[in-house]
Amino acid sequence: MSPYEAILLTIITASTPLLLAAIGELVVERSGVLNLGIEGMMVMGAVCGFAAAHVSGSAWLGVIAAIVAGIAMSLLFGLLTQTLITNQVATGLSITLLGLGLSGLIGSGFVGLPGVQLANVSIPWLSDLPYVGRLIFGQDPLVYISIALTVAVAYVLSRTRIGLIIRAVGQSHDSAHALGYRVVAVRYACIAFGGATSGLAGAYLSLVYTPQWIENMTAGRGWIALALVVFSTWLPGRLAAGAYLFGGVWILGLYAQAMGMGIPSQLLSSLPYVVTIVALVIISTNRRLSVINTPASLGQGFVPDR
Amino acid sequence: MQLILEKRPQASSLMNFLSPVLAIALTVLMGGLIFAAMGKPPLSALYIYFIDPLTSWWSIEEVLVKAGPLVLIGVGLAVCFKANVWNIGAEGQLTAGALMGAIVPIMLAEWQGPLALLAMLLLGALGGALFAFIPAWLKTRFGVNEILTSLMLVYIAQLLLDWMVRGPWKDPDGYNFPKSVSFDGWHLLPMWGDGRMHLGLVIALVAALVLFWLMRHTLKGFEISVVGSAPKAGAFAGFSQTKMVWFCFAVSGGLAGLAGIIEVAGPIGQLQPHISPNYGFTAIIVAFLGRLNPIGVIFAGILLAISYIGGEGVQIELGVSDKTTQVFQGMLLFFILTCDTLILYRLKWVSSKTKNVSAGETL
Amino acid sequence: MKKLLTAAASIALVSALSVSAMAADKLKVGFIYIGPPGDHGWTYQHDQGRQAIDARLGDQVETVFVENVPEGPDAERTITRLARQGAGLIFTTSFGYMDPTLKVAAKFPDVKFEHATGYKRADNVSTYSSRFYEGRYVIGQIAAKTSKSGVAGYIGSFPIPEVVRGINAFLLGAQTVNPDFKLKVVWVNSWFDPGREADAAKVLISQGADIITQHTDSTAAVQVAEEQGVHAFGQASDMAAFAPNALLTSIIDNWSDYYIARTQAVLDGTWVSTDTFGGMDANMVNMGPFINMPADVKAMAEATAAAIKAGELHPFTGPVYKQDGSLAAAEGEVVDLGSLLGMDWYVQGVDDQL
Repeated sequence: MSPYEAILLTIITASTPLLLAAIGELVVERSGVLNLGIEGMMVMGAVCGFAAAHVSGSAWLGVIAAIVAGIAMSLLFGLLTQTLITNQVATGLSITLLGLGLSGLIGSGFVGLPGVQLANVSIPWLSDLPYVGRLIFGQDPLVYISIALTVAVAYVLSRTRIGLIIRAVGQSHDSAHALGYRVVAVRYACIAFGGATSGLAGAYLSLVYTPQWIENMTAGRGWIALALVVFSTWLPGRLAAGAYLFGGVWILGLYAQAMGMGIPSQLLSSLPYVVTIVALVIISTNRRLSVINTPASLGQGFVPDR
Repeated sequence: MQLILEKRPQASSLMNFLSPVLAIALTVLMGGLIFAAMGKPPLSALYIYFIDPLTSWWSIEEVLVKAGPLVLIGVGLAVCFKANVWNIGAEGQLTAGALMGAIVPIMLAEWQGPLALLAMLLLGALGGALFAFIPAWLKTRFGVNEILTSLMLVYIAQLLLDWMVRGPWKDPDGYNFPKSVSFDGWHLLPMWGDGRMHLGLVIALVAALVLFWLMRHTLKGFEISVVGSAPKAGAFAGFSQTKMVWFCFAVSGGLAGLAGIIEVAGPIGQLQPHISPNYGFTAIIVAFLGRLNPIGVIFAGILLAISYIGGEGVQIELGVSDKTTQVFQGMLLFFILTCDTLILYRLKWVSSKTKNVSAGETL
Repeated sequence: MKKLLTAAASIALVSALSVSAMAADKLKVGFIYIGPPGDHGWTYQHDQGRQAIDARLGDQVETVFVENVPEGPDAERTITRLARQGAGLIFTTSFGYMDPTLKVAAKFPDVKFEHATGYKRADNVSTYSSRFYEGRYVIGQIAAKTSKSGVAGYIGSFPIPEVVRGINAFLLGAQTVNPDFKLKVVWVNSWFDPGREADAAKVLISQGADIITQHTDSTAAVQVAEEQGVHAFGQASDMAAFAPNALLTSIIDNWSDYYIARTQAVLDGTWVSTDTFGGMDANMVNMGPFINMPADVKAMAEATAAAIKAGELHPFTGPVYKQDGSLAAAEGEVVDLGSLLGMDWYVQGVDDQL
């Protein structure tokens, strides 16, 4: 494997959980809901995925368990914010807290146990191609799923009736309601989708990235995913680019260190955050980019006038 | 049959009072179930958790020491959130305040006296406010979402602190371990009690009372409520959204910075890589738990402090994981949010048929 | 309703009291942990030591611990709490607890305190640490013998003296086998972030390192080594279960002997404040089984470990040159204890700058 291939592989591994969590949140926000609980849903996905895989011996069962755990947490969020119209920021935070705490309790019996790794896909011949073989044809399955999800979300949001409804609900829930769309039901569905992909992102951490369970193993990745959604101006293509860019900066910082360039490691560690802020500024400055796609009713609860 | 919410003609004052009580009761109930599920005696666990911290002077002092920074940061955030300004990065502003305030004991070590302490506190508040001006500026100038920028800046501030105490501000006699010189004399806050209670607690109380007065009795307070709940009406009344963002970040950042220097000059007594057990994030819960009311925040801060001290207690006495504290805090926030809905709405059963007809929903 | 509440409260009170009363006659030994006991690294080994006390002295001693205590304003409270609840001996197991430990110790002159890896002592505060670098020297030799590329990757947590000492010892060991051996260092600015540790391992491997070693607490790096077919070493505990083919050996922190001895000293009334910096000779640093290596490498490693244990070999024996070319210890001398404790320089050959 050539060094450049290795760099790209590492970047893809670092970026995939971000992309998975962010693509779900993108749909959630497009429907006008702000769920700050990604970190909590993700860490619950990680622990449940690991536990199910460890007990059953099947990594795929782990993936399914992670998705279920993510959905369960997200529905709790939905119940509060959609049915009981609570503040979405605060509810999201409580989901994060609850997730971090509960995962620690659930996972206490699984710490330090060797995990089950999700096997890489390996397409005969093609994955042996020079330079691009492993990169394109030899990844773990969740990488392909993340890309497929991105493409699917892009297609559904821009080209289908379902996408139109989601965007309408996010743009103005009152108008959508007047048109006869069931605002709350649409939002519940989007929130559940976001929970599923966050759970999947958690599974990526505990079944692929580092196949083991460790408390707080999400280490703030849920928040990065959240930033990526804004960075993407709610466009899936840009989201994928942003996720890989972030992963790239992250990994290249480690490279710069390994090359012995003598830059303070704290500076390199802070680089991804600086880059994110700069990128947010650039995107926000360009009104044409941001305003068009911003869901106008983001973060506002909807109470139909009965 | 279906459960729906119906808006009350006016907020229920009974529920206004009952809602936090109900939330706490539900949390205690759920907590008991969780302890029972873990095979621990629920009643004694709950006793150690919620009552025991209040049974000795020592633990009451510790509750107050823990509540101090939470209240100080929480009241600032309460004003912020009331105005719909989402400063999530108080933890970073706390760090920036600690760094700025520490200029006095580290770089001007010779300067002793009450004025030096005052300068430290003022610099701390200034540092926090200046650091908070970054997201404020990005928001007002470029329209960048402040939730994300303030959060990203937390990591940057912490890495800066890390670099400072491992590099330029390292204690020269400290065997190259990452910490600054120990502060002494007037670079430390006056302490009393068991040697842990400090002036910062008084400052927190004063800050809460001042903000309560500001919110209740001044035009600024009125402006905050209006801009927060009805931005359009606020604009119509001539209130500037931009000025409001700057004001909120100045207040919340300044108070967080003050909390930072108080922790450093009080309980810790030096700069080190970790100066706060996530006070800046926990204060967000405190602000909501206090229902964005400065007086409420005082009680919320104390309640959360009890949950920390009590959580430590069950860990030692019953061997329960420290994760239960996080679960409890999450549940508490959950229930308070749920119960708050009951202030504005009432629950009502309707048959799904009538609802469909009345709302005219198809799809 | 009111009656019920009163009854419930009194039951709670009685059971709470009985919990605290239970331990009155035994010596209570408290532990403060920086992480969870399940980290399989630093805290895990300290907890093994605590369990060893339970196993050996369980009839005279009761142990308690508090996990995940942040190094900040909370530490002082947690230590005070253990002292107030009647602990007679308290181990505070992270460097950041140094000043809080001393503050609490001043208030409780009758309680004995043991602080790990610090340098401040008092009449009732001992310090203890391990010469982990002795193990690093051994694995450095193994690395240089095993490596084909002549490059090893080192994942560091924070550039504190203890970690820098380990890096230097590793390279000094390697240089006895291959004077041109290269060492690349990556700092992850965390003791515990498995994802980032794994990333660092991958980066180092792609830069030509075929030996990975780490001074962080998770098992992520050895798992990456296993996956990518390079060799690795376990840190703090035996990590063979996580990398059965990649692992060569582990440096194991053994606190059990020390903890039992100190607890026994309190029981006997012979405890005095001491400063312990023990290595293989004191059985505080052990090597795990030497696996996945040819017999000659194994023999060399065993010989080196035996020589260190017997006190015949000190890893920092001169000539030791600093990175800038200046002499740290001349031929036949040993780098003095002060420089070892506050080490903030690399030896020649490290591909990194502090």
